[in-house]
Amino acid sequence: MTRGAGTTRRDTDLMLIRQAVRDSLRKCDPRVQVRNPVMFIVWLGALMTAAYALEALLAGQGDGAGFFGALTAWLAFTVLFANFAEALAEGRGRAQAASLRSTRGAVSAKLLGTADRSAPRKLVPATELKRGECVLVEAGDVIPSDGEVIEGIASVDESAITGESAPVIRESGGDRSSVTGGTRVLSDWLVVRISAEQGETFLDRMIAMVEGAKRQKTPNEIALTLFLAALTLIFLFAVATLHPFARFAVVASGQGSPVPVPVLIALLVCLIPTTIGGLLSAIGIAGMDRLIQANVIATSGRAVEAAGDVDVLLLDKTGTITLGNRQASAFLPVEGVREEDLAEAAQLASLSDETPEGRSIAVLAKERFNLRERDMAGKNARFVPFTAQTRMSGVDFEGRVIRKGAFDAVERHVAAMGGTVVGGTRAIVESVAKQGATPLVVAVDSRVLGVIVLKDVVKGGIRERFAELRRMGIRTVMITGDNPLTAAAIAAEAGVDDFLAEATPEAKLKLIREQQEGGRLVAMTGDGTNDAPALAQADVAVAMNSGTQAAKEAGNMVDLDSNPTKLIEIVKIGKQLLVTRGALTTFSLSNDVAKYFAILPAAFAATYPALRQFDLMRLHSPESAILSAVIFNAVVIVALIPIALRGAAWRPLSAEQLLRRNLLVYGLGGLVAPFIGIKLIDLALVALHLT
Amino acid sequence: MSGSLQMIATLLLTTMLAWPLGRVMIGVYEGSPPAWLRWLRPLEHALYRLARIDPAQEMTWRQYASAFLGSSTVGILLLYAFQRCQTLLPWNPAELSAVSPWLAFNAAVSFVSNTNWQSYGGEYTMSHWVQAVGLGVQNFLSAGAGLAILVALTRGFARTRSQSIGNFWSDWTRSVIYLLLPLSLFLSVALVSQGVVQTFEARVTATMVDPAGAEGEGQILAVGPVASQVAIKQLGTNGGGYFNTNSAHPFENPTPLSNLFELISILLLPLATCFYFGQVVRDRRQGVAIAIAMFLLLLPPLWWGYQAEQAGTPGMAAAGADLSARAGSSGGNMEGKETRFGIAQSVLWSVATTAASNGSVNSMHDSYTPLGGLAPLWMMQLGEVSFGGVGSGLYGMLVFVIVTVFAAGLMVGRTPEYLGKKIDPFEMKMASIVLLIPSLAALVGTAIACANQAARASIPNPGPHGFSELLYAFTSAANNNGSAFAGLNANTDFLNGALGVCMLVGRFWVAVPILALAGALARKPVVPAGSGTLPTHVPLFVLFLCAVVVIVGALTYLPALALGPIVEHLAL
Repeated sequence: MTRGAGTTRRDTDLMLIRQAVRDSLRKCDPRVQVRNPVMFIVWLGALMTAAYALEALLAGQGDGAGFFGALTAWLAFTVLFANFAEALAEGRGRAQAASLRSTRGAVSAKLLGTADRSAPRKLVPATELKRGECVLVEAGDVIPSDGEVIEGIASVDESAITGESAPVIRESGGDRSSVTGGTRVLSDWLVVRISAEQGETFLDRMIAMVEGAKRQKTPNEIALTLFLAALTLIFLFAVATLHPFARFAVVASGQGSPVPVPVLIALLVCLIPTTIGGLLSAIGIAGMDRLIQANVIATSGRAVEAAGDVDVLLLDKTGTITLGNRQASAFLPVEGVREEDLAEAAQLASLSDETPEGRSIAVLAKERFNLRERDMAGKNARFVPFTAQTRMSGVDFEGRVIRKGAFDAVERHVAAMGGTVVGGTRAIVESVAKQGATPLVVAVDSRVLGVIVLKDVVKGGIRERFAELRRMGIRTVMITGDNPLTAAAIAAEAGVDDFLAEATPEAKLKLIREQQEGGRLVAMTGDGTNDAPALAQADVAVAMNSGTQAAKEAGNMVDLDSNPTKLIEIVKIGKQLLVTRGALTTFSLSNDVAKYFAILPAAFAATYPALRQFDLMRLHSPESAILSAVIFNAVVIVALIPIALRGAAWRPLSAEQLLRRNLLVYGLGGLVAPFIGIKLIDLALVALHLT
Repeated sequence: MSGSLQMIATLLLTTMLAWPLGRVMIGVYEGSPPAWLRWLRPLEHALYRLARIDPAQEMTWRQYASAFLGSSTVGILLLYAFQRCQTLLPWNPAELSAVSPWLAFNAAVSFVSNTNWQSYGGEYTMSHWVQAVGLGVQNFLSAGAGLAILVALTRGFARTRSQSIGNFWSDWTRSVIYLLLPLSLFLSVALVSQGVVQTFEARVTATMVDPAGAEGEGQILAVGPVASQVAIKQLGTNGGGYFNTNSAHPFENPTPLSNLFELISILLLPLATCFYFGQVVRDRRQGVAIAIAMFLLLLPPLWWGYQAEQAGTPGMAAAGADLSARAGSSGGNMEGKETRFGIAQSVLWSVATTAASNGSVNSMHDSYTPLGGLAPLWMMQLGEVSFGGVGSGLYGMLVFVIVTVFAAGLMVGRTPEYLGKKIDPFEMKMASIVLLIPSLAALVGTAIACANQAARASIPNPGPHGFSELLYAFTSAANNNGSAFAGLNANTDFLNGALGVCMLVGRFWVAVPILALAGALARKPVVPAGSGTLPTHVPLFVLFLCAVVVIVGALTYLPALALGPIVEHLAL
């Protein structure tokens, strides 16, 4: 999954293109073509036109044979171009799958008789492992399959899956107990209970997904395919009935001859939605590919599409909306105490505190008063760590007892030391809590100096992202274990639409159900085992790769970067997928108008010369008009491959603005572009003396 | 009043009447008609008792469709039997003989499918019994069934997680009793006041002012229960006239005022259904948006048709005809038009009658200039969704709305939804069938006729105009319109059979998928609208909807049109 830079990237692209060219020839097999009704008609048309060209050749009609031959060639190109688009999209995935597969290789596993490191072991191929069996993995071994650590702790290199080179810690119990087959243990050992049958491991699913082998059509794709098939049928009949109509016209007008079948086939191919029909599967594969580029693995294409429809995003506060840890933001001394003294005491109390909160207190003191961290070694300092009983931490230093902690804990501590809490302290503590921050009271001996304000720091730029989501019609709900007061303050600062405070797994599940009953689609991220029920209930559930096996199995996507804000990215990819299909369908259909104007006057040039006035493009001759339209139809597929693979441009605008924009670009653009394109091709054909 | 003003005034008047009518419909279909219609209740209840129907019994879409198909089948068989046995039945004062088998089939299908294509002259083919008890009754029933299906589809959009879509028998009965009967009663009286005939006599003999050249004592004029049939043929988008020349006949449409009444009646109910729909789905703007789209589709053909007819043809100018309009002379192409209506009223009628799937005429479309004739042909080829038939017009338009929402929804990056209902593959499948089948029937029918020696013999005009006549006939039948380009001798076994099949396909292959759609939609939950939801009442959406209707119509029929009216015009 590592992405090469510069020249290597270009080399890979060239290789991919070469491979795609080979594949597009292979895909001409009728058994492959028949799966796509639109392109299968083009394929059949090319075959029939070839037969007519051959017939003309044998009958010694050189001109007719040349014209029909050229038509055949361009119809064949139309099929090849569509194949090429699909092959190119598939090729990218296949390259990734190949590199994934190589990491697996022929792995052997140390099968344990019982779930115990010292149990007798037996070497078996990884492919023979069954669910529930236990294996030992030691430093240097590749983990043979997905599983859960039941004993031991080890550092694991997961770069084969995530592309992230820094090793991660995996240990039994807790939220870091799941391991993925194909990753490598770097140090120590693990006893792993296998949790997936062969062929269903994460790596297998990932390979299947990037290869597109298991790609099933999504509901929207099925609906679109149906609609395109219906349109194709209409055009098939509109063109097929033109045959008797033309015969009737020849009799009625007493001149000309019936339209030759290859010309009718050319008209048909130009009219049926070949542009979208040829690119449809490429769009789907490329959408999946973009997701993989974002380091997200989806278990189904349906989930990606659902992501585009999401109405409500449930976001965990910690790590998604805030920086994960509270940070000291102010020192509030009680009356009669200098802020600097408070800061110094606070810093001293935090020197041994290696939690991010403790670090931030020392950092703030340094920033505000340039207080340097003193080296306490050998100065007879005794550090008092935080315990659940005392709910305080601090230091005994130079005879002073310095403590910081929750208000009630410090109050009790001060009383025990024979002091009392100054009246103003409670007021400060309450006002801090009201602002959604956490107050830490600092006391030296029996005297309270003041309060440290610990604040959740909202991530930079997150407010703008939520505003963006709101414009797209997506509501954001913040989930937090904090009390409602704190939650409300952070919610207001971050700009989320709603929040769920003091959230329990049950409360989360209930919230999701309520939203879904109201007809809304809910997306959420999660990593812990306690998130699993909610993940299973949500419509789009992104599990963090660092999370537990239960969470990963409950979700329908896994984020390899374990980045909770990725959800916003996923929504964008889902929407882009739909927009691309809609835009190219509209483009494909609006193209038809110009093609009628090119082909109809040409087809009836001899029977009804008056129809020549219909030829707005003033094309050179009937033959060049028909050929130009067919060439345009084929070339436009290639021209649109980049849009199909990259996805149509998408911006977070309201639905109406988006529709207006896309209608202008793809609707009106699709109406005008072929008039220009066909005329240019006609001019080129004349210039090259090809007609 | 100038021609354009006459047209605008007529359309405005229709809209003003349709709005309150839409409100009346709500009460009617909820089983609580407004106070001034309550006196009809005993009739409704008596019918339920007679047929042993519980009007509150809800039906699934399959049951609803079976009831609709069953009643239509009975209607066709009965009407066929009436025609074949009219010599044995009462009210046949002119002693007309039994109707031939293929003609009887064609007429039976035609009236039950709300097409009312007539390949016969009513006054000299059908007895009073057939006209009144057979055709007249079907005028009510077929229009009522169309309304019932629309009501079911509307419920599909309005209901959430429901297995049923209403009761066909009560929807049907209420359509006829509370809407069609009172309206046509009212209209008949208004028409009689203008001199439309209403009698059970067969014929009267008139003394001629100038008997020179005529044989016998006087001219025999056919009469009958005309006003009542004209009223329902206009209101129920039926269009089958009492007389062969339909509303161009002075006994069907004697004065400019009767013409105005009849014109308004053509568009009244189809337009009212839009307003009804908007109110039932609890968002009036949706109904208004669809009504605006219908008007937008109607206006361009109206404009170009009027221009073409007023301009006449180069041939007429070369022959020295005075084509300019001034006091006392309409100018333009008056061939096939009644002098008491003039060009504006004739063109407005021709476009309105084909916009709504009415099919009655007050002028002969065959005599129009190529572009003037293209206007009504084009209106039918849009699939009878700009107003369309009572009920059937709006349900056809709603299918286009679904297709438009689908394309638009994809373009904004969301699974498409309309009125909170997600559009899934099943809905698209049904929508595709509805879009596909009538077009295919029209094209294939015309193609077979082109290749058929017997059909070609029916064409009186050579060249592209003859082709237009065939295309017009099959388009009219497949879209259940029923208007004719005249000219064509349609009363042949082949054309009676082929057009009959087209009418069957055009009615039932549309109505049944629509009911399936209603069933599927009713089962779905409603997704609440947000700012990411595509609004379907805004001008942008209305324009896109019109564009989709026009592009689908154009892409389907452009090759055929190019060989008919378009080349005829270019060659003028």
